[in-house]
Amino acid sequence: MATTGSPTGPGAPIGAPTRISQGSQTKGGIGESTLRPDGVLKVTGEFAYSSDMWHEDMLWGHTLRSTVAHAEIRSIDTAEALATPGVYAVLTYDDLPTAVKNYGLEIQDTPVLAHGRVRHHGEPVALVAADHPETARRAAAKIRIDYAELPVVTDEASATAPGAPLIHENRDDHHIGHVAHPNIVHRQPIVRGDADAAAARADVIVSGDYVFGMQDQAFLGPESGLAVPAEDGGVDLYVATQWLHSDLRQIAPVLGLPEDKVRMTLSGVGGAFGGREDLSMQIHACLLALRTGKPVKIVYNRFESFFGHVHRHPAKLWYEHGATRDGKITHMKCRIVLDGGAYASASPAVVGNASSLSVGPYVIEDVDIEAIALYTNNPPCGAMRGFGAVQACFAYEAQMDKLAAALDMDPVEFRQLNAMEQGTLLPTGQRVDSPAPVAELLRRVKARPLPPEQQWLAAGEAADVRALPGGLSNTTHGEGVVRGVGYAVGIKNVGFSEGFDDYSTARVRLEVINGVPVAVVHTAMAEVGQGGVTVHAQIARTELGVTQVTIQPADTQVGSAGSTSASRQTYVTGGAVKHACENVREKVLEIGRRKFGTYHPAWATAELLLEGGKVVTDGGEVLADLVDVLEDEAVDLELEWRHRPTQPFDLRTGQGNGHVQYSFAAHRAVVEVDTELGLVKVIELAVAQDVGKALNPLSVLGQIQGGTIQGLGVAVMEEIIVDPKTAKVRNPSFTDYLIPTILDTPTIPVDVLELADAHAPYGLRGIGEAPTLSSTPAVLAAIRNATGLELNRTPVRPEHLTGT
Amino acid sequence: MRVNFTVNGRRQEADDVWEGESLLYVLRERMGLPGSKNACEQGECGSCTVRLDGVPVCSCLVAAGQAEGREIITVEGLADYAKHRDEAHPGDGCASGSCGTSLQRAQRWRAGGTDSGTGEAGELSPIQQAFIDAGAVQCGFCTPGLLVAADEMLEHNPSPSDADIREALSGNLCRCTGYEKILDAVRLAAARQEEAV
Repeated sequence: MATTGSPTGPGAPIGAPTRISQGSQTKGGIGESTLRPDGVLKVTGEFAYSSDMWHEDMLWGHTLRSTVAHAEIRSIDTAEALATPGVYAVLTYDDLPTAVKNYGLEIQDTPVLAHGRVRHHGEPVALVAADHPETARRAAAKIRIDYAELPVVTDEASATAPGAPLIHENRDDHHIGHVAHPNIVHRQPIVRGDADAAAARADVIVSGDYVFGMQDQAFLGPESGLAVPAEDGGVDLYVATQWLHSDLRQIAPVLGLPEDKVRMTLSGVGGAFGGREDLSMQIHACLLALRTGKPVKIVYNRFESFFGHVHRHPAKLWYEHGATRDGKITHMKCRIVLDGGAYASASPAVVGNASSLSVGPYVIEDVDIEAIALYTNNPPCGAMRGFGAVQACFAYEAQMDKLAAALDMDPVEFRQLNAMEQGTLLPTGQRVDSPAPVAELLRRVKARPLPPEQQWLAAGEAADVRALPGGLSNTTHGEGVVRGVGYAVGIKNVGFSEGFDDYSTARVRLEVINGVPVAVVHTAMAEVGQGGVTVHAQIARTELGVTQVTIQPADTQVGSAGSTSASRQTYVTGGAVKHACENVREKVLEIGRRKFGTYHPAWATAELLLEGGKVVTDGGEVLADLVDVLEDEAVDLELEWRHRPTQPFDLRTGQGNGHVQYSFAAHRAVVEVDTELGLVKVIELAVAQDVGKALNPLSVLGQIQGGTIQGLGVAVMEEIIVDPKTAKVRNPSFTDYLIPTILDTPTIPVDVLELADAHAPYGLRGIGEAPTLSSTPAVLAAIRNATGLELNRTPVRPEHLTGT
Repeated sequence: MRVNFTVNGRRQEADDVWEGESLLYVLRERMGLPGSKNACEQGECGSCTVRLDGVPVCSCLVAAGQAEGREIITVEGLADYAKHRDEAHPGDGCASGSCGTSLQRAQRWRAGGTDSGTGEAGELSPIQQAFIDAGAVQCGFCTPGLLVAADEMLEHNPSPSDADIREALSGNLCRCTGYEKILDAVRLAAARQEEAV
């Protein structure tokens, strides 16, 4: 049984993670729904999240953020703040210790603290450390900043207009050479075949302009952590992040410390969904800790969290498709404009995804595609679950319904007629070389019986308003309520793409403790809730034939695991754990051969496995107990593992084997709409998804259902509203930015396919993102089906349905 | 100021409390009980739900001084609370140790493996065990608040319909699960409770 929260010595912080041990009464290997090893800690309140870190000597850090979106900073006066009793430090740009004053995932364009200018609402300008969070907040309010406001650019027209202010002057990043304007971060065209010639063959052509609103990850655990200054001049940092080593690469140069003096440990992470790929409070807490010589804790509140991380890119998309009378798509042209906001974050990679996945899971040979991301004064946008593929799916699925309607065909049959499959050549020239059961996924969601009509009457005489649009607001008892059904399917890449060296590292140790063989797994993988720790224990049991597994806390004492994003961790760090286990097994068998090889010929001739704590032949004959093979010896290996390499997309044609693996899900949405008030209730969201191999079926269902509801959120409620005149965020709270509650969510029946990908460990397919793609367009299609409205933007608000 | 109240059956005292501090802050930062969570600190998410004299409240919206002399149950005390409730009113609630026997009947929620690391029988309250068994825990940040709210609902409504569950838990946001497994967990806890009576 694991514990957290015990100090390991004087001055140690409370809440530092410790190893978690998990036994199993069954084999507990892959394919079983073993339970989370951190489950008990999480239901008893003992699991320590980054905001739970505590030190008896700690100070509280607070970040002062800009109140305007675009301004020159003429002066900053910190004297009064610094003189406040209880305040230990006030830091501004001038206090940064080295020449490195910016950070960023790909382009280092984000100031640690603003220098002379702020480019978006909520940009960090100054830091305060004090003995109480309220003291820090009040002192920060005494910092006087003289802003001279500048005009804002908020969309493509204003960002590229003659004389538009440049968000970043003197750009020298590697994208500036191929963009038409310095306020464009990156551009990725894809051209294949001849779209114009193909269009001439089309019997019908449909086009549309689509708008996708700005979505927030809205993870529940706020940005937070504790930085503890160390005697060697370094710092120990406990944080919630998605990728420890990426953080480390960005933090250390700003602090002027070698990477081995910034020791990072993953604290408990309360969800991520892409919003923790970029740094938030990491450098700030370290700067304050190093300045004051005291541990510093920073915890954002929800208001600040809305400014503390990037959001999903809002997008404007134009699509044109054509088809012949017999229902075959002739061509596709599209232009996708993503608003990246003030700093680059993950915008270049989001552009690559949006462009390369813009065609959807369909066979279309003649395409003309362009995707760009803008620099504007809007909030910075970057990674969120689905990463560029979400916005495209919303638009191309609307187009599919329009095409089917123009041809008077069934929308599912039309999609199936054009569905890609294994062997299809994508517009990038990449051939899909593993199962792509697009038509089958659609067949499965369509074949499901529809939920009964008018369920609000099922309970008896009086209408149960909880089953109606408007719910407990008691706005209708069924009057004006109409039902609609809609379908959508999507394609998402798995893993980091475009030639990125996407590897992971695992250290695995096998030893005998108290007469029991135990596998110890140590990686730097960020467990953000997805259940990677569960799966690592399962892999170790499967490969090493043990039941007892210990998971070490994730930290930078072991090599990089890469990011917990892009649906990649089970594939890549799971693959690394499997690889390390296989090598440990070989070492164990070598020891066995050395000790016992002469007693049985099978040691030399048979295929040997580790099962049930024993060395066995593939025929099942037991050769030795692991306990006797290992005795007091431990086998301990740290190894890197890589998936197949990818290639960059050609900057002119978009050609290249850019992606590692593809992931597919299909949804059927059933909605009921109160047409008088414009209120929507989603009754059911059925999903079918191919997962390759479900390593933990229970966790797979959790990922699919959770992803589906994030898609529902951006269909009917979730949007960060940015004032187009001031570029200021108008709803940074859970009062005004609504995420689905349990009353807003439908039943979510899931149909899981397991068609193995021969290239992936155990045949698995990354699953986390695909369900977020098709959920949104399926709900939109169902609302269109119910109302007959065109609805080219998401989220749908009541006024879009009532026309008021 | 100084505040005194009872947390999970123990008298607690905190000194030097600033008058603006919430009950949540005092629990987390002054009493070493960070189980109640701080997801929004504005009464919208329910992650800080505790029981104040039996009533579920968002502890972020309760000033610490308002808790003076009152009884508070947090997630850290939930297992003991459920146990005592059952001893006082057998069959009324789902007692630790007397529940958890309906695994076969609840097969559709039941996971395949049984892990010693996920809790010895008797350590957890039935709702806590059900959350683990049903896969209702992912990142877990909403879990403490949901457990307190769900436990309170089952106390007065031992056989809730799905609509009852949704209504009772509508003040608790979860971003990971899509709520399906949370519904499963509450149904499972209720089923085990019925089985135990």
